[in-house]
Amino acid sequence: MIDSPWEYAPAPESREIANLKPSYRMFVDGKFVDGGGEPLKSINPATEEPLAEVSSASESDVDEAVRAARRAFDDTWSTMPGKERAKYLFRIARLIQERGRQLAVLESLDNGKPIKESRDADIPTAAAHFFHHAGWADKLGYAGYGPDPRPLGVAGQVIPWNFPLLMLAWKIAPALACGNTVVLKPAETTPLTALVFAEICQQAGLPPGVVNILPGAGDIGAALVAHPGVDKVAFTGSTEVGKQIQRSVAGSGKKLTLELGGKAANIVFDDAPLDQAVEGIVNGIFFNQGHVCCAGSRLLVQESIADELLEKLRVRVQTLRVGDPLDKNTDVGAINSAEQLAKITELAASGDAEGAQRWTSPCPLPEKGFFFSPTVFSDVQQSMRIAREEIFGPVLSVLTFRTPAEAIAKANNTPYGLSAGIWTEKGSRILWAAQRLRAGVVWANTFNRFDPTAPFGGYQESGFGREGGRAGLEAYLDV
Amino acid sequence: MAQSPPLSKLTELAVSELADAIRDDRSLRRFLHGLPGVDQVGLEQRAAGLATRSIKKAAKRWAIDTAISVIDLTTLEGADTEGKVRALCAKARHPDPERPDTPQVAAVCVYSDMAATAVRALDGTDIQVASVATAFPSGRSALAVKLADVEYAVAAGADEIDMVIDRGAFLAGRYGQVFEEIQAVKAACGDAHLKVILETGELATYDNVRRASWLALLAGGDFIKTSTGKVSPAATLPVTHLMLQVVRDWRDSTGQLRGVKPAGGIRNTKDAIRYLVAVHEVAGPEWLTPKLFRFGASSLLGDLLMQRRTQLDGHYSGPDYVAVD
Repeated sequence: MIDSPWEYAPAPESREIANLKPSYRMFVDGKFVDGGGEPLKSINPATEEPLAEVSSASESDVDEAVRAARRAFDDTWSTMPGKERAKYLFRIARLIQERGRQLAVLESLDNGKPIKESRDADIPTAAAHFFHHAGWADKLGYAGYGPDPRPLGVAGQVIPWNFPLLMLAWKIAPALACGNTVVLKPAETTPLTALVFAEICQQAGLPPGVVNILPGAGDIGAALVAHPGVDKVAFTGSTEVGKQIQRSVAGSGKKLTLELGGKAANIVFDDAPLDQAVEGIVNGIFFNQGHVCCAGSRLLVQESIADELLEKLRVRVQTLRVGDPLDKNTDVGAINSAEQLAKITELAASGDAEGAQRWTSPCPLPEKGFFFSPTVFSDVQQSMRIAREEIFGPVLSVLTFRTPAEAIAKANNTPYGLSAGIWTEKGSRILWAAQRLRAGVVWANTFNRFDPTAPFGGYQESGFGREGGRAGLEAYLDV
Repeated sequence: MAQSPPLSKLTELAVSELADAIRDDRSLRRFLHGLPGVDQVGLEQRAAGLATRSIKKAAKRWAIDTAISVIDLTTLEGADTEGKVRALCAKARHPDPERPDTPQVAAVCVYSDMAATAVRALDGTDIQVASVATAFPSGRSALAVKLADVEYAVAAGADEIDMVIDRGAFLAGRYGQVFEEIQAVKAACGDAHLKVILETGELATYDNVRRASWLALLAGGDFIKTSTGKVSPAATLPVTHLMLQVVRDWRDSTGQLRGVKPAGGIRNTKDAIRYLVAVHEVAGPEWLTPKLFRFGASSLLGDLLMQRRTQLDGHYSGPDYVAVD
């Protein structure tokens, strides 16, 4: 790469906008209260500095929150007309928009994702989910689940750290629209935006107990899921934890949806629009540092164009700017935690050991914080760990194929099935491939696009149930 | 994955492939239609994404000076007079007389009958004289007339010729005709540099823009230029992105460097910086020079000078402090 005479000056967003407080408390029955658990320390993964202390829940707090949610369900929320519920949801959506800058900066501080993604993707999409579901709240009778579908009751929801506010929106918006009340546990490392969301619920005048937020670690998630007062469990996170949850709720009669890991295939046929395919590959695996369960982490390229495409990809990846998440020019931010960085490092090392060719972007990395250079493994074989296990980081595994049938066979040869991508200029091939790919979402000539109207969910070890769209309502209705 | 071949070998390989491409009309068509497609949604998304780069402080000052130094200061009106051209040349020499460190523009671009005036007015400077020729802007004339137009401009001392392609022939699929015309104009240019105007607004699809860009480079164009400025839409960010990809691909397969010139509709500093970001990140930093990148613009310079003063003085002074020429 030629040294540029033009270095963009840093353009950091001010962290003052986040209105960061030294401590945050949990939200139960419409009030902020101290939890009985050991306080969590939330740190900034880009600097390793502590951001805030967050009180965490104990098992008795879980019990308290579930009882508050039950009261709210029985007394107000489930009996309220749908059009009244819609007003609250619209209000919440607008408040998310109004406080969008604060939420975006806070999300980037807490999670490490670049501000341009929290600002342009996470927060607007979160607001869009509330808007979309507000529209459903008074139209549930027309959703195809009978004339008067009933809510389930109290939803226990556990969400991951990769899209803290967005996953909260995916969970809470449909639950409330359908008349359920919720107890939500945000991830241990990223609880802050969920607690600002609790302020938004207060601002919106939401009746006490309808939304309860309990920060905590895995044990609190387990207690919530196992609580007998919970009627519905929704979880997004790792496949391993998903299996534990499935075991824990088995036989209890609770409804369950799981959105778990993935190892998506991004298939590039030889007639693809190459420059845009390169963009889609970059977006597929380096968006949100690769912390995306539907990331296009396995690139399947037709052999006849593999060299050309890989060369273009390397040139493009070199231009990705890795660094301060609050800098508006940053493309790839920080890995969320030291633990996650260690996992990525370990899996990448297994790629070397098994004989794949590692290529790393020469971009400079900050000296402090948890960062991992964008990495592309070529010469990857289907049997290698980096082709089978979810890495959940900015690491792409490149495999090749010769015929379309081989591409489908390789793409489907995974225990997961959350998403897939197809790149070709031929419309009939898109339809042919989409019919054969076992994945919840198949993107054609694009990747990682999300919309509240489109159902999202998995096959096999990627979980079951759908979120978003009309199909997503089913998970929160007694049908 | 096999290792990529060394560049020298790749270049030879590609050049022989390209020689085959221009053997006859049919092979030219096969080659142009064999280029990878362009996905409209993806291209426009990428262009919009890059346009949000935040360029401030030192980076912005550098961008403003670079933008000034790559301008082809242009007047292409039926009402052009010698006085108007001389005024433009004076501004090209001293864009901001109160701040002598302001860079000069790259060229002054005029109609061929004004080339001699511009040459005289710019005598003793490094500023190039660019002349549009070939029955600009429609290109609707006999080849002999177009060539005579070019020869007239070159004889008047023009350093650069901006030609228009025959869009009718291109859209009708007569690629060979367009190719030969560009080649003939290139020959008539002598030492003058040739910029080939594709008039992308009339080519309708991005696939066509990519084909026309390759065609112009195969025929020997030194620059590919988006528009005459007389057709809407003129230059757009996605089209310029695409053309920057083409010159980068051309460099990768031949080792030769060719330039890109968006023209028409780029009026303010913010837009100009967005284009420079695209040059920087799509083609590469080595394209950030007047040798390989130009803006075809008339009113852009005024805004750049105002923004330059704002950056240096710390406050905005207003359009009355910058010459209107």
